[in-house]
Amino acid sequence: MSLFSKANREVLTSPLAKNNPVAVQVLGICSALAVTAQLEPAIVMGLSVTVITAFANVIISLLRKTIPNRIRIIVQLVVVASLVTLVSQILKAYAYDVSVQLSVYVGLIITNCILMGRLEAFAMMNGPWESFLDGVGSGLGYAWILVAVGFVRELFGNGTLLGLRVIPDSLYVENGGFYVNNGMMTMPAMALILVGCLIWALRACQKEQ
Amino acid sequence: MDTNKNSYTIIYASVMVIVVAFLLAFVSSALKPTQDQNVELDKKKQILASLGLRDLDGAEAVEKAYSEAVVCDLVVDSLGNVLKDGKNKDKDGFVVPQKEISPSCLPVYVCKIKDETKYVIPMTGRGLWGGLWGYMAINADLRTVFGAYFSHESETAGLGALIADKPFQEKFIGKNIFAEGDSTGTPALCVVKNGKVEAGKDKTQVDGITGATLTSVGVSNMVQDGLKQYVGYFKSLEQKR
Repeated sequence: MSLFSKANREVLTSPLAKNNPVAVQVLGICSALAVTAQLEPAIVMGLSVTVITAFANVIISLLRKTIPNRIRIIVQLVVVASLVTLVSQILKAYAYDVSVQLSVYVGLIITNCILMGRLEAFAMMNGPWESFLDGVGSGLGYAWILVAVGFVRELFGNGTLLGLRVIPDSLYVENGGFYVNNGMMTMPAMALILVGCLIWALRACQKEQ
Repeated sequence: MDTNKNSYTIIYASVMVIVVAFLLAFVSSALKPTQDQNVELDKKKQILASLGLRDLDGAEAVEKAYSEAVVCDLVVDSLGNVLKDGKNKDKDGFVVPQKEISPSCLPVYVCKIKDETKYVIPMTGRGLWGGLWGYMAINADLRTVFGAYFSHESETAGLGALIADKPFQEKFIGKNIFAEGDSTGTPALCVVKNGKVEAGKDKTQVDGITGATLTSVGVSNMVQDGLKQYVGYFKSLEQKR
């Protein structure tokens, strides 16, 4: 079987839309609400989850034949927790500003249901390479939703993107214009509504759902 | 091999825990020096930001600007006694952790900006969701603010978190710490609701952030409590002149 056979491509791409972890399986919503008020933490969070899901999947897949069935969830948790700790330590050492911004949410990746879901449902019964692709796909499926929500929330809530001003200052009411930032956008509730809109859009595009 | 045997499960779990413990302990101790450096550098950046020296690129620029601007870091108490004179640079006031700032242990950074002396004092407080902290640079007259820097643990992004941004912090520049004709020595500088600055008090009142009232109140309390602790030191400085 080649590395990018049809089945493997399917494993990689299906979580992006058809089987999206956030929009279809409705997993990982909690962190999707928490870190998307601005675009930058959303991107870093998406990437961290992608890396951790991919490597946790590989490790569990390599160990899958040796893991005692009764403690398999504990083993999965230990693997995820150690990977998350590693990533958070590395961020603190080499990307301090980002780690300050993400604060507790890196640690909370441990409790992200997407990870446990993929480990239990996929890595426990597939080979390392397929599991790696599945992890990357699921991570990216989560990441793009975060980025989309973060994009809308930062643009309309703050008038900026990645901290750069997009909506010109002169349009604001304080400076004699007509525009006011939408304070709702910075609230977690609005993120839930945006995720809801995304789910609606995805379902409308894909008739089979 | 039977992976369901009790003995196998126990041995598997033990080996896994030991391996993971060693791995994490190794990584943690290997990265500790770099992380400590980052924390130190970040603190220097914050002190420089309160002096209006922002957007410094790279660690070297920060170190250079810091060693030029900050003359010494003392530890004083609320009565104005100097406990450590700050002769060992970065070893006296600088190493005091935020949590240990108390009336009997108050760090002060004596700085020189364009040959004028400024005093930077740290302050800590509580916001809506978590801790707040900041640095305030005070002019040599000990009555007006030269600059301020605030940050927070977990205030609402886009609302309370705006206290960490330049526009809010710059509103403090040039404000008076004490009310006009004040003789009690109680700091009057505070944050009020956005647009609610009282007539005639615009030298001691700062506009808060709309939609972040509790964070604004937190900053206000932090500034007042912080300044109050240093009044004794300011008085002792004035007497020496």
